[in-house]
Amino acid sequence: MRMKILSILAAVVLVAGCSSDDAATGAQGSTVSTGSVTGPVPGTQQDLNQTIGDRVFFDTDQYNLRPDARATVDRWAAWLQQFPNVNVTIEGHADERGTREYNLALGDRRANAIRDYLIALGVAPSRLATISYGKERPAVPGSNEAAWQQNRRGVLVVN
Amino acid sequence: MTGRGFALRSGLMAALGAALALFAGGGLVATAARAEITVDITQGTVAPLPIAISNFHGGTLEGNELGRQIAEVVTNDLRNSGLFAPIPNTGFPQQPDALQATPNFPAWQAINAQALVTGAANIQPDGQLGVEFRLWDVFGNEQLAGFSYTTQPDNWRRIAHIVADAIYKRLTGEEGYFDSRVVYVAESGPAGNRLKRLAIMDQDGANNRYLTDGGYMVLTPRFSPSTQDITYVAYINNQPRVYLFNIDSGRQEVLGNFPGMTFAPRFTPNGQSVLLSLAEGGNSEIYSLSLAGRQLTRLTNHPAIDTAPSMSPDGTRIVFESDRSGSQQLYVMSASGGEAQRISFGEGRYATPVWSPRGDLIAFTKILGGTFYIGVMRPDGSGERLLADGYLVESPTWAPNGRVLMYYVQGPTASSGATSSALYTVDITGTNVRRVPTPGDGSDPAWSPLLP
Repeated sequence: MRMKILSILAAVVLVAGCSSDDAATGAQGSTVSTGSVTGPVPGTQQDLNQTIGDRVFFDTDQYNLRPDARATVDRWAAWLQQFPNVNVTIEGHADERGTREYNLALGDRRANAIRDYLIALGVAPSRLATISYGKERPAVPGSNEAAWQQNRRGVLVVN
Repeated sequence: MTGRGFALRSGLMAALGAALALFAGGGLVATAARAEITVDITQGTVAPLPIAISNFHGGTLEGNELGRQIAEVVTNDLRNSGLFAPIPNTGFPQQPDALQATPNFPAWQAINAQALVTGAANIQPDGQLGVEFRLWDVFGNEQLAGFSYTTQPDNWRRIAHIVADAIYKRLTGEEGYFDSRVVYVAESGPAGNRLKRLAIMDQDGANNRYLTDGGYMVLTPRFSPSTQDITYVAYINNQPRVYLFNIDSGRQEVLGNFPGMTFAPRFTPNGQSVLLSLAEGGNSEIYSLSLAGRQLTRLTNHPAIDTAPSMSPDGTRIVFESDRSGSQQLYVMSASGGEAQRISFGEGRYATPVWSPRGDLIAFTKILGGTFYIGVMRPDGSGERLLADGYLVESPTWAPNGRVLMYYVQGPTASSGATSSALYTVDITGTNVRRVPTPGDGSDPAWSPLLP
């Protein structure tokens, strides 16, 4: 939800920038007025975070991509095709309700499930690294289902 | 061995055996060989043996101070085992200097000391520390054991642990475990960015020392059974890999050169290989890596997660966890790999199997209904017993004598990120749960063998 609000704000700023330029050139043809370029640089982590979001979520002890995750990864694939020089690392994470070593393996499974799907969508394997953090790096602290759901995740990190 | 000394020992042994038998559900009650040693068995607990441990006598101020400290360490070791009840020394009928001769047994009988430990600690002319001790059967009026040791004075703690091991062995018939160390992960900071350092300490928490500085995350250390080496997982350059760390030199090296994550390392009982998991394309398999030739042998071949391998002490079999049935369960296969038999059939998920150094039990972590448990079962999967439980308990490791388990306990994480973890021990009867003192939080303990 927060990501959505941010991208709407970014769009508003962009539109405002354009209209002020149009106004400048339209009214006085020979004068050049300067507008500021706002929003994230395309192809960066910030761009990814604002335009798509950097993470997808998994069910307990599962590594298959849910429909919501699949939709996000579809957009990641398109975004990666748009910026062919960008390489990424896919992080796999687990919640705290498992044992340490199993969760390392589970995080690896999750990262690779994302990687496999990106490859199927045409992204070159050489652009995709994976790393599992198991349960070692929760995104949301807390011992409740809401926190655990946020922590069972795959994260796309621009290298 | 005299009749009385045998009685004192066999009484304690029978009590230990009976406690285990009760837990195993056999309903057996062993009878003590002598009536004088009263051993109460209540729900599997052994009534600890009352023992008096005198301060060791030193001829000098320095010797007396060392003698007091040695007695204190021996007292703590024996108390922490849960099998002994040290008597407070304020009521002792004889002082250390008087105990350099045969004790006044009736006086010690009067305070109901079943056993008495006396000793001496002297700085010798060459600067070495000389320690001697005697173990007495108070009601049998005789000496049961007597040993002397010489070492550097700053090594006094080890001597104290060796003395405690000798007493433990003489009175229980089992090898002790006090002269040993524990490597673990020292933790600090919030859950989302927890600082994890490799640390080592004596089994009683003394002499804590950090082996890494926290610049990279470390997980799941394990002691070599034969050398001063540790194998563990480190996130160096954002690559989780299995490393070998030498305690004496501080040197560390990555084990093997693999494209994917390596994790869950354990030494084989002969110390010549490391079992580990290698993740490739999302599939974790178990391998054996020889340390001499760095030869890699694949032991499992299954699309499920196969990890947490632990070899039997005789080197013939490996227990590991796999979710090939749909959830984490324990399996046993030959040390050379191949077909595996599932051994865990209770409710819930089973993980982190560790074969006892005695070979008779496998310790594990179990997850059932939102609770984590530490338990043991026989290698064929029978006789499951749960010893400890909590919001999150994990990672059992065996004391060198196979009598005590250490593990870690983690509490729920607050929304602020505050979290806590600590090391605990439990007797294999499920009694005597004790926190192991560490300067900060700790997890992933691994017990060393008895020191060489």
